[in-house]
Amino acid sequence: MELAAILTLDVLNGVASLILLCTGLAIIFGMMRIINLAHGEFLMLGAYATVVSANAGVNIWVAMLVVAPLFVGAVSLVVERCLIRFLYGRLVDTMLATWGLSLFIVGLVTTIYGNTIQGVPTPLGGFSIGAYRSSLYTLFLVAMAALLLAAVWAVLRYTRLGLIARATMQNPNMAAALGVSPNRVYMATFAVGAAITGLAGGLLAPVSGVVPTMGAAYVAKAFITVVGGGSAILAGTASAAGLFGFINQMAAYLTTPVFGEVTLFVSAIILIRVLPQGISGRFFGRSL
Amino acid sequence: MTGSHLAKLAQAAALAAAIAAVAVMPQEVEIFDLMQYTLFAAMAILALSLGFIWGFGGILSFGQTAFFGLGAYAYAVAAINFGDSTGAVALAVLVPAGFALVLGYFMFYGRISDVYLGVITLTVTLILFNLVNSTAGDEYRIGAAALGGFNGMPSIPGLNAPGNPDYVLDPEELWFVTGGALILVYVLLRLLLASRFGRVAVAIRENETRAALLGYDPRLTKLAVFVVGGGIAGLAGCLYANWGAFVSPTIFSLALSAEIIIWVTVGGLGTLIGPVIGCVLIQYLVAQIGTQQAFNSNLVLGVILIAFVLLLRKGLVPTAQDLGGRLIALLRRRAGRTAESLGALKEAE
Repeated sequence: MELAAILTLDVLNGVASLILLCTGLAIIFGMMRIINLAHGEFLMLGAYATVVSANAGVNIWVAMLVVAPLFVGAVSLVVERCLIRFLYGRLVDTMLATWGLSLFIVGLVTTIYGNTIQGVPTPLGGFSIGAYRSSLYTLFLVAMAALLLAAVWAVLRYTRLGLIARATMQNPNMAAALGVSPNRVYMATFAVGAAITGLAGGLLAPVSGVVPTMGAAYVAKAFITVVGGGSAILAGTASAAGLFGFINQMAAYLTTPVFGEVTLFVSAIILIRVLPQGISGRFFGRSL
Repeated sequence: MTGSHLAKLAQAAALAAAIAAVAVMPQEVEIFDLMQYTLFAAMAILALSLGFIWGFGGILSFGQTAFFGLGAYAYAVAAINFGDSTGAVALAVLVPAGFALVLGYFMFYGRISDVYLGVITLTVTLILFNLVNSTAGDEYRIGAAALGGFNGMPSIPGLNAPGNPDYVLDPEELWFVTGGALILVYVLLRLLLASRFGRVAVAIRENETRAALLGYDPRLTKLAVFVVGGGIAGLAGCLYANWGAFVSPTIFSLALSAEIIIWVTVGGLGTLIGPVIGCVLIQYLVAQIGTQQAFNSNLVLGVILIAFVLLLRKGLVPTAQDLGGRLIALLRRRAGRTAESLGALKEAE
């Protein structure tokens, strides 16, 4: 019973971190149809923003929840204006350019902070279920993931901004004819997606080693989840993260964490072979 | 003599020059430089494999290092177990080609788009990196070969004369083998592209739907191109493992995957010589960056990739060809005009 409870918590934690990792990428992919290969580096920038500001004396919660998303959002605005906007409609070129960007950011951060692991202590304490111990921070991550999904859903569903975003997503030309500038919507989308990624980086900073190359450890999972989820931002991310997070954690429990990732990946490839449009393309065609 | 005759003659001359260069190189340069060139040649074969599948098959693989690394590891494991490199070389080509077959089946028969293909190949590489990285324990061994995890596999037996394990090649002979392999792969790819299969592959790259409507199977053709590319990358991995007698999981790393993409982008997509030139240029540059402290090589490579995507999308070789073509056209027009005016002069007389 205690084991079941702790396993459930593990699975929830896996799903929650996948949701945090993927939502920003999914928003950018779903709205703009571009894959941002610098996603892992945005995550890393968020983590660095948290660590650096926390070590400079900023409250850890402010550093995670405010500084990280704002900083990465600002960086992404510069990136969008200087790089991405020239490449709309050129899918492959966007991937190449963002990959170049990812190398550039890794190089820059390595030059500034060096190739050493930085970290902040994990806030909140631990609790125990019977013989097993777990940290409260895990529960906090789960709550944040749920909150993030709810917030994105509410914005897309109930606000004027969300309406404009959905309209542009469905038909950019028609939206433009009705007086919306798609370029401006794309710019905002990119910044919001990147800010959410920065938030994820900040939230994951206390539980991971913060190094310039840390992005690579996360991007594989994030990409495969977004591709497996398909184009619907929320339904796709939530369903794919749920499925893959469950598979990953269960396989990791039965074998080792690395084989857990391999299992996740193999199941994702099979899923894409069966459902090339992703889970949401097959089951939730019209949802958000 | 027509233009195509001239072009063929020029190609034959270039081929002869390349063979001669491989043959005389050991007499001309120091052993250190020769080792460096051996590495460049092995990497150039890897560049050719991506130049082939991306430039002519239209398959953008972000994870060509997966096959490169598999080739290197397959060679290392087999050579340690067999004690003879002949079968190991065959395995170094067959294992990655087989892996490409399985992976390609899922990708091409799933009819996924270019973007997904890039993402999946990238993910495969990352997962392989994590997987091999975690095999440090003593329980991870294949036969006599311990995989070594993040420590890598040291002291891999070198290539020996086929069927004769006692005769191990020295660095000079390894250069002949690597340089020769580069020329051979280049010529074979050229022949393949000139064949019916190669023309179908290019037709599918140009317009997949049209090729399918004409009765060609894009999935099968793309799969075949992908498998050939995987085998070539495996061969490059085998030669790389021989060069350093060492493999480690870093050959699956993102940094190397990105570098291959940069070689092909810089050299020029849709040519075979472009990726080779791009590979040598960038490798030379990275080696130079390694000798100083101010700039990190990732920083420079990132800037190069962004600059080429934004400003010089075609790459060096096609741009040079364009400029050369324009120059020739200009000269011809000049010559034509001179001839015309001479003719007019004669008529006037």
